Amino acid sequence: MKEFSVLNHDMVPEHILLTEDEIKKLLAKYRISKGHLPKIKTSDPVCKEINAKAGDVLKVVRDSMTAGKALSYRLVIEG
Amino acid sequence: MASPKRIKKIKFGLLSPKEIRKMGVTKIITADTYDDDGYPIEMGLMDPRLGVIDPGLRCRTCGGRPGECPGHFCRIELVAPVVHVGFAKLVRKILRSTCRKCGRLLLEEPIKKNYLDQIKLLTKLGQPCDDLVKNVFRDATKVNLCPYCEEAQMDIKFEQPTSYVEGGHKLMPADIRDRFERIPDEDIKIFGMDPKNARPEWMILRVLPVPPVTTRPSITLESGQRSEDDLTHKLVDIIRINQRFQENREAGAPQLIIEDLWELLQYHVTTFLDNEVSGVPPARHRSGRPLKSLSQRLKGKEGRFRGSLSGKRVNFSARTVISPDPNLSISEIGVPLQIATELTIPMNITSRNLEECREYVRRGPNNHPGASYVKRLDGRRVKVIDENREELAELLEPGWKVDRQLQDGDLVLFNRQPSLHRMSIMAHEVKVMPYKTFRINPAVCPPYNADFDGDEMNLHVPQTEEARAEAKILMKVEENILSPRFGGPIIGGIHDHISGMFLLTRGNVTFDKDTALELLKKSEIMDLSEPAGYENGKPYWTGKQIFSQLLPSGLNLTYRSKMCDNCKICKREECEKDAYVVIKDGNLLCGTVDEVAIGAFAGKILDRIIKEYGAVEAGKFLDNATRLAIRMITRIGFSFGIDDEDIPSDAQEQIHDIIMAAEERVKRLIEAYEAGELDSLPGRTIDETVEMKIMQELGKARNQAGDIAGHHLGMDNSAVVMAISGARGSMLNLTQMAACVGQQSVRGERIQRGYADRTLPHFYKGDLGADAHGFVKSSYKKGLSPIEFFFHAMGGREGLVDTAVRTSQSGYLQRRLINALQDLEIKYDGTVRETRGQIVQFVYGDDGVDPSKSDYGKSVNVSRIIQNVTGEEVMGGKSG
Repeated sequence: MKEFSVLNHDMVPEHILLTEDEIKKLLAKYRISKGHLPKIKTSDPVCKEINAKAGDVLKVVRDSMTAGKALSYRLVIEG
Repeated sequence: MASPKRIKKIKFGLLSPKEIRKMGVTKIITADTYDDDGYPIEMGLMDPRLGVIDPGLRCRTCGGRPGECPGHFCRIELVAPVVHVGFAKLVRKILRSTCRKCGRLLLEEPIKKNYLDQIKLLTKLGQPCDDLVKNVFRDATKVNLCPYCEEAQMDIKFEQPTSYVEGGHKLMPADIRDRFERIPDEDIKIFGMDPKNARPEWMILRVLPVPPVTTRPSITLESGQRSEDDLTHKLVDIIRINQRFQENREAGAPQLIIEDLWELLQYHVTTFLDNEVSGVPPARHRSGRPLKSLSQRLKGKEGRFRGSLSGKRVNFSARTVISPDPNLSISEIGVPLQIATELTIPMNITSRNLEECREYVRRGPNNHPGASYVKRLDGRRVKVIDENREELAELLEPGWKVDRQLQDGDLVLFNRQPSLHRMSIMAHEVKVMPYKTFRINPAVCPPYNADFDGDEMNLHVPQTEEARAEAKILMKVEENILSPRFGGPIIGGIHDHISGMFLLTRGNVTFDKDTALELLKKSEIMDLSEPAGYENGKPYWTGKQIFSQLLPSGLNLTYRSKMCDNCKICKREECEKDAYVVIKDGNLLCGTVDEVAIGAFAGKILDRIIKEYGAVEAGKFLDNATRLAIRMITRIGFSFGIDDEDIPSDAQEQIHDIIMAAEERVKRLIEAYEAGELDSLPGRTIDETVEMKIMQELGKARNQAGDIAGHHLGMDNSAVVMAISGARGSMLNLTQMAACVGQQSVRGERIQRGYADRTLPHFYKGDLGADAHGFVKSSYKKGLSPIEFFFHAMGGREGLVDTAVRTSQSGYLQRRLINALQDLEIKYDGTVRETRGQIVQFVYGDDGVDPSKSDYGKSVNVSRIIQNVTGEEVMGGKSG
């Protein structure tokens, strides 16, 4: 069986790893600490695919019925 | 005052006899409560060391006064152990799964260890281990030979509620206790119990804790006689039997008597704990009323948890039946005089309202806009009665407070259960009225989901200025016309409002001056526009003009009304059905006003007014429009009777022919099917294909019949007017009444159930024909044949069951959703966060739009802006 990347699937939204700088800006924008972000586990197929480590922050770009594109951020946690 | 303390953890377990003895302040030995002088007897059930309930006395244990002293437990030493009913089932399980000789769990060592490891893991993870423990009991019960002492195990029968029989021999609680004492601690852990906090033998009571007197206060009757609590009565019974048991045993009574007494003791202890155990006759009071046991105090809807602790009760509220009053404004509520005299609003007296307050007090509590209480400067409350009202009124001075009765214009909250959305509680203005029901404008029925078939509603009176301000800004009916669910109006015209408007604005109905003014009389319209024309020298106005008087000037709107057939080429203004609505500068130029214009859940005109002119203006428009519509419909006279369903005999024949033809075609389909000539549709079997084709054929026949009936029932028929305007009912309802009821179905199929290969014995086996599977040829007017009636009842029953199931399911779903979402909050930065500040959504709804401020869910209505700026109409689709 040929292996596929989950990222190519139509239903999987775009996941982008943020740089340290971008994370700092994001946290400043919402005046939060990392812990207040929604979480994603390292065992998540997307995390495995893009090689995200615990402590990283992902930007998720989803298609939205109301807004067209919707941005969301997730903190990668062990699991 | 004791300082509040933080609860660190709660531990659940069984009380050991040792603990019971330690917490009990004394032993109870006498069944008597008070002596002849009315003093409590020491070591009796009302021992003064158990706490105090009589005012003026102090507790002998803690020295507290009534209210301070929480009460103290004591104990009854039972002569013989008895089973605690609450644990009877668990006792059975443990008996069956432990050895009758050595007391060990009947499982091999490695299996035990495996179970123990799993339980430890689950408790570490903080998960329940109920399922695992269930397996332990299941496995251990199957074992017949003890793997340790090789003792053969006997079958243990459990007889409700508290007796156990082992091989024909009754197990006494004392024997059970002995066995349980032998169970090693390690084995108890495998039952999911903690041997330190809950040893199984503690489920067999040897010492009974006696609740303090504060739990079972006695009441002094008017005659001076004391009446004891049910629990005290039960405890008296227990002590009496306990004493008799002891005397008999010491006297060496025969085993039979001892066993009888033992059983009696068991009965009394059982009914003390739970008087609703199956298999036990409930213990009764002398009057025959069953006694209220401990468990009954706690469980159920009116128990301590659901009734007393989570239940909330309020003052300043009223409840009665609702009825309609179309002359009230939508924001008003008619409050019965009786209720208005009972409910009050606190008023602070200032130098400016002193005279007003004096007048209220002077009128007293029984003379409607009066007062019931005054609060003096020192905080004392004085009741206003007819005897003191005059003097009290003179005594008033600034700084006092007066509880003034409810009067016109006060803001109150009005609510109908179930309160499923925020429109279920809205703020109304009071209008005091005679008679005994709450009166509301029928236009506010949809948000409350109310009707007038006996519905009752609740009214609450806010007591502070802050509460009233909040209610006024957030909860007024006008503020809730737009539903946050879909961004359209949820309050709007219903039933007669829509019929009336439809009749007024359709085509070119004309009115002379007197009639036009009469129609507008109840609406707050002061002048008429230029007349549409003159007839015989007299001016006349059209219905459209009269309606236009209500519209704010400057309103522009174009849409297609409910009647619109979506013709391929829209004739727009020349539409012969008058379905193309054009409003320019607040004038209805063409089109008919119907449900799509002013109805609840639709209401385009209403929606536009509220978004461009604000909630208050929209409220006024709704009031005026509904009043005008009601005036119009009462002027015309609008009724429906059985003869409105009549259709001419030649039409009836046509319908008959259509149905006969359809049956003929069905017959041919069946012949083709039986001859195997039928081709199956893709993805379906032959059987399914023939079913589908038959259904199609019969459905077509019903539609044709309906068209014929509709053809003969014109716009002069009120049911047709209601169906077309969207006021009530549909053309389908009308078809069923006048032409043909059509196919009845259960689970979306024709009716198949019944006897073997047939629905009823009136048909041949395997009959696939229309009438054999629930096709109702008759109309409701004509009446159904017995067979048709039966099939109709089948279909009708399914509908009823579906609604019953749906409401309960959706209610529970709603509850779960509310519990999950209730603490989420939209912060000022647009994020949705929960209480800890965790982000749930980065932008509310992805676009940050409040649906009730949006245009049917869209943030901007481009065509509306263009129209308003350029004055030119731009029309999107039908929904645009």
